Amino acid sequence: MRGFVRFRPGWGLLLPLLVFTAVVFVMPIGVMLWKSVHDPEVSELLPATKIALARWTDETTLPPPASFDALSSDLKKLVENARIGELALRLNREQPGFRQLIERSANEIHGDGAPLMETDRRWSDPSSWRLLKRAAETYTPRYLLNAVDMQIAADGSISRQDEQRQIYLRLFGRTIFVAAIVTGLCAVIGYPFAYALASAKGALRSVLFFVVMLPFWTSLLVRTTAWIVILQRQGVLNELLVSANLIGDNERFALIYNFFGTVIAMVYVLLPFFILPLQAVMRGIPGQYVRAAESLGGNPMRVFGRIYLPMTMPGVAAGGTLVFILSLGYYVTPALVGGRTGQLISNQIAFHIQSSLNWGLASALGTILLAIVVVISIPLSRAVAYGRPQR
Amino acid sequence: MHVSRLFRATSVCILAVGVHAAFAADALTVVSYGGQYTASQREAHYEPFSKKTGIEIKSVDYNGGLAELVAQVRSGSVSWDVVDVEMQDLERGCSDGLFERVDLDKLPAGSNGQPAKDDFLEGALHPCGVGSVVWSNVIAVNETAFSGRSGPRTIEDFFDVAAFPGKRGLPKRPNALLEWALMADGVEPTSVYDVLSTPEGLNRAFRKLDTIKDESVFWETGAQMIQLLVDGEVAMSTAYNGRIQGVISDDGKPLRILWDRQIWNADYYAVIRGSRGKAAAEEFVRFATATEALAAQAHIIAYGPVRRSAEALIDPEIAATLPTASANFQNALAFNAEWWTDHGDVVNERYASWLSQ
Repeated sequence: MRGFVRFRPGWGLLLPLLVFTAVVFVMPIGVMLWKSVHDPEVSELLPATKIALARWTDETTLPPPASFDALSSDLKKLVENARIGELALRLNREQPGFRQLIERSANEIHGDGAPLMETDRRWSDPSSWRLLKRAAETYTPRYLLNAVDMQIAADGSISRQDEQRQIYLRLFGRTIFVAAIVTGLCAVIGYPFAYALASAKGALRSVLFFVVMLPFWTSLLVRTTAWIVILQRQGVLNELLVSANLIGDNERFALIYNFFGTVIAMVYVLLPFFILPLQAVMRGIPGQYVRAAESLGGNPMRVFGRIYLPMTMPGVAAGGTLVFILSLGYYVTPALVGGRTGQLISNQIAFHIQSSLNWGLASALGTILLAIVVVISIPLSRAVAYGRPQR
Repeated sequence: MHVSRLFRATSVCILAVGVHAAFAADALTVVSYGGQYTASQREAHYEPFSKKTGIEIKSVDYNGGLAELVAQVRSGSVSWDVVDVEMQDLERGCSDGLFERVDLDKLPAGSNGQPAKDDFLEGALHPCGVGSVVWSNVIAVNETAFSGRSGPRTIEDFFDVAAFPGKRGLPKRPNALLEWALMADGVEPTSVYDVLSTPEGLNRAFRKLDTIKDESVFWETGAQMIQLLVDGEVAMSTAYNGRIQGVISDDGKPLRILWDRQIWNADYYAVIRGSRGKAAAEEFVRFATATEALAAQAHIIAYGPVRRSAEALIDPEIAATLPTASANFQNALAFNAEWWTDHGDVVNERYASWLSQ
């Protein structure tokens, strides 16, 4: 018991961290997951209609007359509360044209008490009602399906999205592809550099450290713009090549505003995240292992492959995981230098948050991205354990 | 002891000022797009208004879009009062209940005595907002790319890669671009939106875009578009006239505005629903959309005033550079914000899909 009491102040010190984690980490992610399936807007706006439509069983015919009265009274109330526009916008997302249908019908019902059926012939079509019933469901797989280029029709059947609107799977694929390439390039460039950093001493080590840390002192925007200045068609690199007569004035390379530009700029920005954890691991490896292997007759390649590389794997995996996960969510750089072919899924998420206001879809895209991160990082965290010196 | 008393006194003062600012509307927060545009508003609208009424104006920048507004209004903690929105956001936000209704009868008459209802351009008065400037989607041409020969003059030329070689700058959003694609394909301005509403019409617009896709560089922001043009990365680009005119007259860059079939749009001042300084905010909107304030703004940035009476107060040399000048306005198309509100979700997705392939 006494031991437990003495332990308590320690928990008190942890409290700020726990609160901080809950508020800035667990809660937003929870809200995002929740919003990707929870969509109460229509059922809140059309409470009576929702109840009436629940009794509608044969969806190939028109719903019972009570549904018409329920919808009329719901619409009338919405006009009185000036909330009809919310419903109109929301349903228009399900089917273009519904905004005008809802607003016109509602105003006619409210204005001169016209019967719903007479305001528009679409109300005599069961498919309009099926759409309403589907939209009034509080929990919906709609957004998650949209996020993988599927759609749910008014009759509840699930099919692939129209070919011309398919985009998200392709962008998820490209995002993972870019993240893999960036991680690979960071490994190829970062490994020797981390080795140099880990084995350097004195002034040289300070200089190398300075070089790695330098980018952190400048704004990301400025650094990305610098790449534009270097890589664009009229930029430094192309000018040099043209003035050296290596390429003609009309043969300038398109190095930016495309896939290539995104990869280059991202490797540059993320390289320190690979180097720093790796060099920390490398510094912890005692020199005698390598010397022992050499004294036993191993040639340099064999010593590196059998002894040194396995011991640095935890650093490679840690740096690689960090770079890979950061790349999956990268937003600013692809937006600025990605042009057409260098856009990633994060750019679409931003679009749905800021412009189209389709937060349900944005949440669903975020949820899937999170799932991808989890699935990929589990085997990677195993790799961190791999190669750890056996005790 | 001294320190703590000083500290206590200061905190009481800060609290008092804070409470004062929150409840007495002697400060308004006006939100706009920043850069040269907000600078013109500050000089022509904010400062004269403060001088006249003693109400201070706090200027906040945003990137357009309604996300922040939705968050404020839905959560009930509204910290903005007046926002400068473009037509499409006004239309949408009005449906969504984000703005206070405007009492159009209270708007002052024009400086020539014309009642407000007749003085404003058609479409500039909206139940949720009052128009201030007309800005326009135009094509901007980098003259150095066509030195020694005649450059493009029409929308058809913009889509003609063979006759006018060179990279094209295109936006990452399809607004105005689809309209141009159809017009370049022979559709009359008057029937653009009817054609675009049909599946065949939409396909036709995308087929036209296909013809310049490989010759295009895509930009995200207006600043990026300017930079592409000025650096010579593109020979011509879709553009916003005010920014281009600024670069031409202030920096002397060799750009040219192509007014052929410009697609004009308007910006509006709207009062946010739940604004704590509603009365003062409404007074500001009336002040900033009066003839004199609009004419003053047109002298600073090349956007056209939405009041007809303001034209008489504008220097003729400046008036010629505005989208509303009659020589520029001949075959102009009015941007149809309602069409975009109805079809935006589907069309944006399709454009994004087209972009990514």
